[in-house]
Amino acid sequence: MGTVVSLDVRDPGPVSRTRGAVDAAVDAAVAWLHEVDARFSPFRADSEIRRLDRGALTLDDCHPDVRHVLRACEDLRRATDGAFDVRGHRPDGGLDPSGFVKGWAIDEAADLLTAAGARSFAINAGGDVVVRGEAAPGRAWRIGIRDPADARRVAAVLAIRNVAVATSGLYERGAHIRDARSGVVPTAYASITVLGPTLGPVDAWATAAFALGGAGPAAVAALPDLGVLAIDHAGVARWSALVEAHLA
Amino acid sequence: MPRRGAAALLLTTAALALLLSFKTPAEVTPTAGTQIAVADGASSTPAATATPTGATTPEATAAPGTTAAPVAAAGGLVDGTIDGTAVATRWGTVQVQVTISGGAITDVTALQLPSGDHHSADISSRVEPVLRSSALAVQSAEIDVVSGATYTSIAYAQSLQAALDAARA
Repeated sequence: MGTVVSLDVRDPGPVSRTRGAVDAAVDAAVAWLHEVDARFSPFRADSEIRRLDRGALTLDDCHPDVRHVLRACEDLRRATDGAFDVRGHRPDGGLDPSGFVKGWAIDEAADLLTAAGARSFAINAGGDVVVRGEAAPGRAWRIGIRDPADARRVAAVLAIRNVAVATSGLYERGAHIRDARSGVVPTAYASITVLGPTLGPVDAWATAAFALGGAGPAAVAALPDLGVLAIDHAGVARWSALVEAHLA
Repeated sequence: MPRRGAAALLLTTAALALLLSFKTPAEVTPTAGTQIAVADGASSTPAATATPTGATTPEATAAPGTTAAPVAAAGGLVDGTIDGTAVATRWGTVQVQVTISGGAITDVTALQLPSGDHHSADISSRVEPVLRSSALAVQSAEIDVVSGATYTSIAYAQSLQAALDAARA
């Protein structure tokens, strides 16, 4: 869905386990991501999601993953009070679950690596990140949050293990995020970073929180397992207790 | 600057690329690195692939419809630091720098980045009770990954490929 994904495996697992198992898992993860792209890409006219949208397929015809994703997206639509909406992002109102699919696909890829025995790795999908284990023995993964005002600077660093991080903002792609309820491009914050156990919801909430404007950070902070860091256009950062625990 | 895998890239045309690197706990030099780029049939984007030497057999794939052939290196890469070409994109120029050590990619750094838009805003001045705000003290110690940094993957791949081509020269 238009994302470069990088994998950084630091600890492929016990020596007794064949390196081949992790290699095979990486290959499987790559194949999985291609499969997700073919099934869910809003840019591919022949993807299942596009064919479903134009009525060429019924929901029952689709792969179970399509039903799973759309159910999860409906839950998120309600939880975000409509700010995240699979029909709220394309100008033609077409189905576009990519705000959730990207993170969910990476979660599944991470599970493939873990199941193969990889203990420590980071998967970076276009700036949305899943880490497992440690970057080095005794050292957490250090994730820099890009300064929304300056591409060369990092505004904050999160030290994390076994956590997902996603950041939303307009500073690179322009006005690509709209509040799905109003169609308005939000201006309250320059970037919003969400931290949580899995990337699917974290990714969706980062976009939804940004779309919610001024009310976004509080909405995320109110959720029990998600942390939020929001940077406004004056460069002032606000963050919740869960992020505080991880600030390096 | 991030120490490794600088910026992951985002693109509005569907291009998916993968950079894989393995590090054992005991050594710094990656044992394998492979980049696989797949572009959709709708756009004629080059598929940039690089196969440095390593223990793992690399794969080079190109999706149907791409007009540029993938570059597969059978031999090793020359050690050193190579700048890729500066590629212009809608949002600015992208240029990467590749570090080769022991015949494999050990680092990729973004030399040039799009400057980004700055939107003036109505700033919410209410301090949420659940949020804390104070000056962030950012440690200069190494960073593994950057969240919130994305650039056009085609430009990144082109620049990276140019650097790797030069490394093979």
